Amino acid sequence: MSKKVIIPIGPYHPLQEEPEFFRLFVEGEKVVDIDIVLGYMHRGIEELAEHKHYDQVAFLVERICGICSNSHPFAYVNAVENIGKMEVPERALYIRTIIAELERLHSHLLWLGLAGHFIGYNTVWMWSWRYREPVLDCFEMITGNRQHYGMMKIGGVRRDIKDEDVPVLKKTLDELVPALDMFKGAVMDDPVIQARLKGVGVLTRKQAIEWCAVGPTARASGVDIDIRRDDPYGAYDKVDWNVIVEKDGDIFSKTVVRILEMYESVGIIRQCLDRMPKGEIDANVKDIPPGEGIGRVEAPRGECFHYVKSDGTNRPLRHKIRAPSYMNVATNKVAAVGQTISDTTITLAAVDPCYCCTERVMVVDKKTNGKIMDGLDLVRLSQEKTEKIKKALKQ
Amino acid sequence: MSLKIKALTKSLWVFHAATSPCNNCDIEVLDLFTPRHDIERFGMTLVGSVRHADVLVVTGVPNYKTKERLKKLYSQVSKPCLVVAIGNCACGRIMFKESYNSPCPVDEVVPVDVYIPGCPPKPEAMIAGIVKLINKLKAKEKK
Repeated sequence: MSKKVIIPIGPYHPLQEEPEFFRLFVEGEKVVDIDIVLGYMHRGIEELAEHKHYDQVAFLVERICGICSNSHPFAYVNAVENIGKMEVPERALYIRTIIAELERLHSHLLWLGLAGHFIGYNTVWMWSWRYREPVLDCFEMITGNRQHYGMMKIGGVRRDIKDEDVPVLKKTLDELVPALDMFKGAVMDDPVIQARLKGVGVLTRKQAIEWCAVGPTARASGVDIDIRRDDPYGAYDKVDWNVIVEKDGDIFSKTVVRILEMYESVGIIRQCLDRMPKGEIDANVKDIPPGEGIGRVEAPRGECFHYVKSDGTNRPLRHKIRAPSYMNVATNKVAAVGQTISDTTITLAAVDPCYCCTERVMVVDKKTNGKIMDGLDLVRLSQEKTEKIKKALKQ
Repeated sequence: MSLKIKALTKSLWVFHAATSPCNNCDIEVLDLFTPRHDIERFGMTLVGSVRHADVLVVTGVPNYKTKERLKKLYSQVSKPCLVVAIGNCACGRIMFKESYNSPCPVDEVVPVDVYIPGCPPKPEAMIAGIVKLINKLKAKEKK
């Protein structure tokens, strides 16, 4: 019986861009357990959102995450529009969809590069980030910023896509497709990448459902879910595209799903540019009525969920956010166990983790070092209250 | 010019400390090392350990957890060490000023040499900032 050793990864570690702390419990070369410590990136966004004006919150939630910086405001405006059942001009819906899909392109290219970097294949990193630059140029042309686009607004979008920008966008997409073909060939036919990724970090269909995986992580395990199709928002019900599903659940499948999704994104943007009607881009919403609203968006990493409760004033009463990585990071607990240490890096990175979306906080009493209240306590309190109400109703 | 400063200005090795940013500045910092900007031409590279670094790049608003880490990181860098604050958050905390989890700005934790504002700053702006830093070092040495 070999001895169990703990290998700490983080908080500042060359493997990660973000401060995050993993504890690997290893026996020899084999990982037997993994522990994830969150909280290094917590900024209290939900609380801040409750003290800001509805229009300001769209900018605030954009700063939750820099990579999916369109998904959060998109889900937020969907939630607010859901409160008042507001009508959004059709052109605005198409523009939102174009921005969301351009974001998926840049995010997947970014992930592909980082994944290449993690397995020691820096050529993939350099090439994929090179082809990411034209996508960022498109963003700069349409929105004025390379990242943090500031496009979403309750009832519409802030900027229009000009007619003279459309040919440039189409040209960029035309030039991107050969690059995608190259990646498809280079990654999917490369024996080294196959040897490193096939059969590594397997998440079976059953496990994916049990651990509530979302987005490409779930789709690579054969779970056919996609918010864009299941609960259409934006203009996704007006264009033709396919949901990419793979069966194996290993990291190779996750890579394949993401590469093939980029082709779908290119197709969606092309159709949107062709079918986009002329007209208004903003519904000029004045008041938010009291009520509750839910906004769901398929971010590049999976389902992004926003809940907004309004009491009729100009600030949200409650704003709840659930980012996709919160579900996906937990799947490492099954995917990384049983691997060697060297495969853990790519397994941890394969869910495309975005910790700044995910952060939660726990209040600790410094003197006694005991926790005051954490998520489980809150759930317990809530369940006890429900029980009380049930009992009161029965009597 | 002393040999130390001459060597330092020729090839700055960068350690990148993210103290609860939104990831955007971090991506743009990485972007500097990819083919379009490629600042490895100028001898700069990212290093894995803070003990090898000449420049500490800080992004984001420090929170209670990362504040202590940042202090510890700064104490481990071999001196002379230059600190660059990248992004509006690191420069002035902007919209996170009122957050319950942001005790202080970066420059109250470690001394900052160059501020590069922007949300996120463009890679070109970062390169301009680094050039200013090198010029500042050289000017200091001449005096």
